Amino acid sequence: MIEIQRLVKGFGAVRALDGLDLTVQQGEVHGFLGPNGAGKSTTIRVLLGLLRKDAGDVRLFGKDPWRDAAELHARLAYVPGDVNLWPNLTGGEVIDLLGRLRGGLDERRRADLLERFELDPTKKGRGYSKGNRQKVALVAALSSDVELLVLDEPTSGLDPLMESVFRDCVDEFRSEGRTVLLSSHILAEVERLCDRVSIIRAGTRVESGTLAELRHLTRTSISADLASAPDGLESLPGVHDVEVDGHRVHLEVDSTQLDPVLSALQRAGVLSLTSQPPTLEDLFLRHYAAS
Amino acid sequence: MTGTGTFLGIFLRRDRWIYLWWGIGVAVLYVSQAWSVDGLYATQAEFDKAAASMEGNAALVAMAGPARALNSTGGQVTWQAAAFGAICAGLMSMFIVGRHTRAEEESGRDELLRAAPVGRHAPMTAALLDALIANVLLGVLVAGSLAAYGLAVADSLGLGVGLTLTGWFFTGTALVAVQLTTSTRAAYGLAGGVIGVAYGLRAIGDVSAPVLSWLSPIGWYQAIHAFSGLRWWPLLVTAVATVAVVASAVAVFDRRDFGSGVLPPRPGPARAEPRLASGLGLAWRLQRPVVTGWAIGLLLGGLGFGALGDGVGDLVGDSSYSRDVLLHGTADVVDGFYATMIVMLALLAAGFSISSALRPRSEEDDGRVEPLLATGLTRSAWLGGHVAVTVAGTVLVLALAGLGLGTSYALVTGDAGAVLRLSVPVLSYAPAVLVLSGLARLLHGVAPRVAVLAWLGLLLAWVVLLFGGSLGLPRWLRDLSPFEHLALVPLEDFRWAPFLVLTLVAAALSVAGRFAFRRRDLH
Repeated sequence: MIEIQRLVKGFGAVRALDGLDLTVQQGEVHGFLGPNGAGKSTTIRVLLGLLRKDAGDVRLFGKDPWRDAAELHARLAYVPGDVNLWPNLTGGEVIDLLGRLRGGLDERRRADLLERFELDPTKKGRGYSKGNRQKVALVAALSSDVELLVLDEPTSGLDPLMESVFRDCVDEFRSEGRTVLLSSHILAEVERLCDRVSIIRAGTRVESGTLAELRHLTRTSISADLASAPDGLESLPGVHDVEVDGHRVHLEVDSTQLDPVLSALQRAGVLSLTSQPPTLEDLFLRHYAAS
Repeated sequence: MTGTGTFLGIFLRRDRWIYLWWGIGVAVLYVSQAWSVDGLYATQAEFDKAAASMEGNAALVAMAGPARALNSTGGQVTWQAAAFGAICAGLMSMFIVGRHTRAEEESGRDELLRAAPVGRHAPMTAALLDALIANVLLGVLVAGSLAAYGLAVADSLGLGVGLTLTGWFFTGTALVAVQLTTSTRAAYGLAGGVIGVAYGLRAIGDVSAPVLSWLSPIGWYQAIHAFSGLRWWPLLVTAVATVAVVASAVAVFDRRDFGSGVLPPRPGPARAEPRLASGLGLAWRLQRPVVTGWAIGLLLGGLGFGALGDGVGDLVGDSSYSRDVLLHGTADVVDGFYATMIVMLALLAAGFSISSALRPRSEEDDGRVEPLLATGLTRSAWLGGHVAVTVAGTVLVLALAGLGLGTSYALVTGDAGAVLRLSVPVLSYAPAVLVLSGLARLLHGVAPRVAVLAWLGLLLAWVVLLFGGSLGLPRWLRDLSPFEHLALVPLEDFRWAPFLVLTLVAAALSVAGRFAFRRRDLH
């Protein structure tokens, strides 16, 4: 679906993308994570043929998004993070406009989505709140018959109820074998929706894989009450930040090195044990803070 | 009222440039009348003759106001400038009030400030004071510049004070308008409508039913008879009416909720018409109000110029300025005069053409283009739609200006052939106008950040037309204006060669602009 290799894009002296790689496969929901200014939106704009790449290789549906822009766009729908509407066009008109320019929309789904998102299509663009403007773009995108959805922080203005409607819609979209590229800051959303995740920082990809794979790259935190004072924990591979307070112990361990730690704890006699699996947030913080 | 002072300070700071430009513009509007009248007529006899012909012209009376003491400089200033000055004061007041009240409320910025310890009425009171001060400044500049020019001090003061009070009245009506509607745009529509009705009432009143002029604040202003037996009492009417409208604005404000209006926003269509979904359909829908506004404006402008009829020889006078600039040194007064008016109409139309060519840029700046171009719409089709609207709109606006000019000339003189003779030449300037908007398109394609520089082309063309001769500008500079190359129809015979060359230049600029746009990053 999407194949990006060593993509470089600069604006004047600033290098927004510096050798970025990104692969999105057919049928998956791909999370695209990164701090503000990491280059997420720039990547998406290059992918949509709105910006011209400086170097690297970008393929969308196997073609060049700059040269074949209009042809490729008929097969995808895009929702920007900041939706600006024309002040004197109604929401309904904008949905029709974007849908028809994409090559037509599914009338039944359009009506259904308007109802589920509780959107009034007769209001003029200037009368909508941020969340409602976003709903207009979402309804237009989701009621189009396309193979790929490109979403750039699509839920930043939605309330929790509408977020859950949005998640259901993405699930339905995926269940039909279609593909989603979801750029987001909301980690719970990404954990709930995404099959695979790519994390970028300062214009390059730092991590990519399924959530399960990524979890292995980070640490589990363990607290235990032991029968006797443990020893030798610090010398085990992959163990960090060991705190021993009498018979209580707290430590962090690389998720791939759990087994030796558990054996060591067992030898000391485990009275109680809590272990916290790594969250996406830990993963995120570890990568972002590393700069 | 707590916080009014703070708000007022911020508003005055934000508005200082508005103050400056409106102040200079309106003062120049008044003083330039005195200056041009004194330059136009070499002797009082000539002046008397011109005044007599103006007085008898109902179209001019409808446009400007009651004809009084037109054979004096002060009388001319009052007649030519008062109605338009009042409109300017009204528009300025409307924009100042709108931008600090409804626009702030609509954008949500007001909410942020209101959450601070400020009185409920503070922002509104500050906006009111701001507009009142701006109108005082306008009045001072007008009175001061007229007195400095050498006109009678009391009457100059009368024009200034009257302008201030009229501006205050329109401040009040704008303040009511922003309470009634929920959008700033609709409020401007309403407040602008009030100004338009005030102008229209006095136009009918001055020509045929004097009582109607007494229903208009512009009529009250003109009723002070500056420079023709000044009297102050009509301004009392203005003052009382102003207090009444401001009080009603406050009353409505106290009864409405934050963010809401009294008039509900009108819902629009839930579905788009089929033709909206194309580059051309969208561009037309977006630019339609602008095209309509300019078309009506230039039709009225054409009607106004044409209404001067064939008596222009008397109006123009015999000074060297009028001979050189207005008549191009020819003895054929009527044709020379209308040749100049036609270029002026074409230059006004260029205002439309350039702003229309810059519309794609503001669409791009406002972030509305990205989602469009992420659909099957190509860049060429999107921009091409706007180009088509600009070109067709330019031709339409020129055609209507010509039609207005020819028709009203024909009605005033009874010369039916003038409809075609005067309207077609306006269209012959289309290539020159399109060169200016082609330049705007090229800048949008190549250097979108500085695309507004396209307006310099229009400025140059104006300067060359009005002062090219009198300032002794070098030939090469004058040749930069595309308007200089076309034949001055009806004074000269139409020439095909420059017409075709300019058409090609305009097309080349436009194509180059579109080509550059297709190849650059969207921002």
